[in-house]
Amino acid sequence: MTDETLVLRGRKVSGGFAEGEALVTRETISGWGGVNPAQGSIIETRHELRGQSFKDKILVFRGAKGSSGWSVMFHTTRLAGTAPKAMVFTEMTTKVALGAVVMRIPAVTDLDRDPFEVIETGDWVSVDGDKGIVEIVKKNSN
Amino acid sequence: MKLTDDERAMLDGREGKARQKAMELLVRYAEALGCERFVDTTNVAGVPGSTTPFLAHYYKDWPGGKDKIFSYFDLDSDELVDVPKVVTHSCHLQAGYDPDNWELLGASPEAAQLSRSSESYAVEHGIRILKTCTPYLVGNVPARGEHCAWMESSAVIYCNSVLGARTNTEGRESTSAAMLTGKIPDWGFHRDEYRRGTHRVDVDVPIHSVMDWGMLGYFVGEAVLEHIPVITGIARAPDLIRYKHFGAAAASSGGVELYHIVGVTPEAPTYEAAFGGNEPRETFKYGPAERRRVYETLNANGKNTDVDYVMLGCPHAALEQIREACMLLDGRKISANCRLWIFTSRAVRREADTAGLTKIILDAGGHVLTDTCSAIGQALPPGTKVAALDSAKQVHYLPAIMGIEAWFGTTEDCINAALTGRWTGELR
Repeated sequence: MTDETLVLRGRKVSGGFAEGEALVTRETISGWGGVNPAQGSIIETRHELRGQSFKDKILVFRGAKGSSGWSVMFHTTRLAGTAPKAMVFTEMTTKVALGAVVMRIPAVTDLDRDPFEVIETGDWVSVDGDKGIVEIVKKNSN
Repeated sequence: MKLTDDERAMLDGREGKARQKAMELLVRYAEALGCERFVDTTNVAGVPGSTTPFLAHYYKDWPGGKDKIFSYFDLDSDELVDVPKVVTHSCHLQAGYDPDNWELLGASPEAAQLSRSSESYAVEHGIRILKTCTPYLVGNVPARGEHCAWMESSAVIYCNSVLGARTNTEGRESTSAAMLTGKIPDWGFHRDEYRRGTHRVDVDVPIHSVMDWGMLGYFVGEAVLEHIPVITGIARAPDLIRYKHFGAAAASSGGVELYHIVGVTPEAPTYEAAFGGNEPRETFKYGPAERRRVYETLNANGKNTDVDYVMLGCPHAALEQIREACMLLDGRKISANCRLWIFTSRAVRREADTAGLTKIILDAGGHVLTDTCSAIGQALPPGTKVAALDSAKQVHYLPAIMGIEAWFGTTEDCINAALTGRWTGELR
């Protein structure tokens, strides 16, 4: 079987290139009080990703919610070595924009297709932040 | 970016290296937002230069002295810079430690010392030390329309919605950069077109108590996420304390930064004005069934009715709330199996001292603490398993952060739990 590669085009939030396995949630993520930066995991009590790690993943999510400590928590994941490799999100807020900047990872938003209809957890995703391009290889395609 | 002459001068380094690094960060941030210009800000609230044991350890071998944390972390700069005084009205929000009671809060001497030196650093740079999540309770009350750059989601939502001032939910790095430049991206809630309502919430049940307002806020945040709710069906304007609990809850369960209450809040004299021409994208109803569901959600982490910790003061208690706790205690002592900690700002604490309220709490076996709270300071009395809380925000966060059970109810339910060591709260 040949790999099926899907391409989404969007807007640069922050530059750089990274690829890795996708971790996907349609939910928003709390930074402070919602993640453990030492482990790079989600801790929010009723979150569908509770207990899961985003370390070295391509985090595909709705966006940020909750405390203004969002950027500090994700900034800390960069220092602790537990940050995601890249971010793809759908709802722009100041929290997620500042977080992407201080994490210094590629991030893309405003995509031409709904990423949640295309990307599933476990897919292989590359993010070109400068060009605003997200490429997806489905996990069941090879 | 469309930069003004003064912004260009800072970015080019003509105002010194620190302001250049601050502008570089703000430009990266504005570009991430898709924003082309800055607005001058006259009121910045953040946590500048605040050093934790983690940061102190992480940067210990990096070059530099007192400006290390501000340079590398606050400004996200790879170069050490000489940090000058701030150029605009700036204050420090809550922190991790009560300077007078850090031992009670279980802090290490190292952490307490770091906190003291961070505070001196902020003072030397011309930053007001308010040390609270409620700057609007202690004299920092922005004027309507004033462009602010505030952290603290519960303060941001109050600033936008109740005061009609203008701020996004800023972060530590953007507020620290704003303090040095007086600039913040002219995006989001700074702009008229972004302040109009998007979603409608019809309230169909009486909303009276602080607990009622907290539950309504929690419902609204879950319903509209990061959008702008317009709330109808509120017959009477709430007081400051109810606004405080409503907003804190809506900003925690969702990401609400601005709401309108028709006929009540400053930008919503009418339903039409609140929406400003928008059609509501969705309409939600909050009636008795929704109220019950929120109550059950907020109590989902409570199983054991033996309560060993009661925490009040999220967001930081107003003087009237400390007075209410004193009246509910009514001269009795709290249970030997339970601790009572009430968190507030230094300014309110001083007033509570003067009014004799701090002594009443102490005599009952409780404590009035400042600067922090159990969630921010990650500080619980030793052995805490089950907490009782009167804040929807705190019950949202504390079990997740500290791995404990928690009950949510009225201030009276909480004081009763402190007196008896048992949770007897229910939805009334």
